[in-house]
Amino acid sequence: MRRRVAENLTAYGFLSAALLCFAVFSWYPIARGVVLGFQQVDFVAAPAWVGWENFERLFADPLFAVAWRNTLLFTVLALVFGFAVPFLLAVVLNELRHFKAYFRLVVYLPVMLPPVVAALVWKWLYDPGPGLLNTALRGLGLPGLGWLDDTSTSMLSLVLVATWANLGTATLVYLAALQSIPGELYEAAELDGAGVLRRLWHVTVPQTRFVLLVLLLLQIVATMQVFTEPYVMTGGGPQDSTVTVLLLLYRYAFYYNDFGTASALSLLLLLVLGAFTALYLRVTRRVDA
Amino acid sequence: MRTLVAPGRSRTGYAIALTITTIVVTAVFVLPLVWVVVSAMKPAVELARVPPTVLPLTWQPETYVEAWRLMDLGRYFLNTIVVAVGTWAVQLAVDVPAAYALSRLKPVLGKGILGMMLLTLMMPAAVLLVPTYLTIADLGLLDNPVALWLLGAANAFTVFLLKRFFDQLPVEVLEAAKIDGAGQLTLLWRIVLPLSRPILAVVSIFAVVAAWKDFIWPLLVFSDPARQTLSVALQRFAPDTPVNLMLAGLVLAGAPVVGLFLVFQRHVLAGLTAGGVKG
Repeated sequence: MRRRVAENLTAYGFLSAALLCFAVFSWYPIARGVVLGFQQVDFVAAPAWVGWENFERLFADPLFAVAWRNTLLFTVLALVFGFAVPFLLAVVLNELRHFKAYFRLVVYLPVMLPPVVAALVWKWLYDPGPGLLNTALRGLGLPGLGWLDDTSTSMLSLVLVATWANLGTATLVYLAALQSIPGELYEAAELDGAGVLRRLWHVTVPQTRFVLLVLLLLQIVATMQVFTEPYVMTGGGPQDSTVTVLLLLYRYAFYYNDFGTASALSLLLLLVLGAFTALYLRVTRRVDA
Repeated sequence: MRTLVAPGRSRTGYAIALTITTIVVTAVFVLPLVWVVVSAMKPAVELARVPPTVLPLTWQPETYVEAWRLMDLGRYFLNTIVVAVGTWAVQLAVDVPAAYALSRLKPVLGKGILGMMLLTLMMPAAVLLVPTYLTIADLGLLDNPVALWLLGAANAFTVFLLKRFFDQLPVEVLEAAKIDGAGQLTLLWRIVLPLSRPILAVVSIFAVVAAWKDFIWPLLVFSDPARQTLSVALQRFAPDTPVNLMLAGLVLAGAPVVGLFLVFQRHVLAGLTAGGVKG
């Protein structure tokens, strides 16, 4: 009995620092975030309870709908590129027997770069005049694009940077998954007369379904919180075409010092992302168990 | 091993596929980086030319030295190193004993604590931005790297990875040491840690890389320009720095991580698949 008490004391001694860090920097902020959403908070007066006022202010802000629409556009575009491209790239790389180490290295290289560095480099590559991208387009006999300066391509430009910078992770995870597919499945499918595309659809995709689903959910949660690229590259412009939910949240909190309204927006974001996160947990738990 | 396409069916087809893939992958992932490194050595006037020159007409490698001096990059490197190394050290010092306790000592409520920690993984980071910022401000830790160190220590994913590894250590080794009269601290330090090198490497790489890449937290915490990290300082300089100097600065900021990656690539890539899917 006494030994059990002593063991518990040791265990909690080992845990104490972590408990303190989690309490102060995770658990308490979670609770505080909920309360803040219903308070008026600035650094001037003491926090005051204001009910749903913060939410009403948000709904009245014309940028609120714009930010959600932009964020949704970013997420959808990021799925089209960031989800399909790494998978297909992994499928192709898995077929190649040469330069394996080189491909892995190079694809993952941008992941190591600080996002700010990638964003600033791309901002320069996007320059409609001397920029590398328009130079390449003109070289192919195509007209140059406005990229970040044009409301119709600004969001796409941000998605391309984010995809370029992050696709290495997904590609390598898919590659690992592809390598665990038993070769007999392909042979059997081939004997049944299935062509390459049908084998891809009926063997490769189902065999990697779990990894695909997990990365899909993680990516949705990550892209809906996009901040660095619009903050560094466009500041939300041109004409608010790249104002995302997080950029709006940042403005409320750190331009207007309106932490209450920013927290209300956080809560709405939590509601949306919570659904995807719960789904993610269900999916991963089922496989872990 | 047999993959999607039957091997050896068509040698020409394979050669074409290999060539195209190599060219495309190199053009997309390597060319932009080489382009920046070379372009930084062109004079600012030359950088404005349409179409751009491929190689500099006037080589100015001294731009790198000038960028380092003008933007005082040494200071921001140091600030970033303080953040990254501190985050790494504090994270290990806090999370290793915690994971060990949860895995091996199994205290009362241990499962509940682990559950509460994992619950924080469900919280999108963006949602906690404002309340965590206000908490840091309340503690008087604004403009102080300690804020980022402690924030980094509350990392449920690290605790989870470490605990999962400790769970798989052979019981016999630990029991034998215990019979020899070793206390838990000695056990952890002398027996468990040496056995845990692989997972410690993975966790360390995650911690340092994440701290080095982080932008939003250093942006919020460091309003004092003298304490900012590289990322925060560079985006502050970007609007009014001549292009050639800015490009040189970006190359200098990216080079160490790329260099470290080239040296430690095997560990980095192995760690990715080890903890990958959940990270």
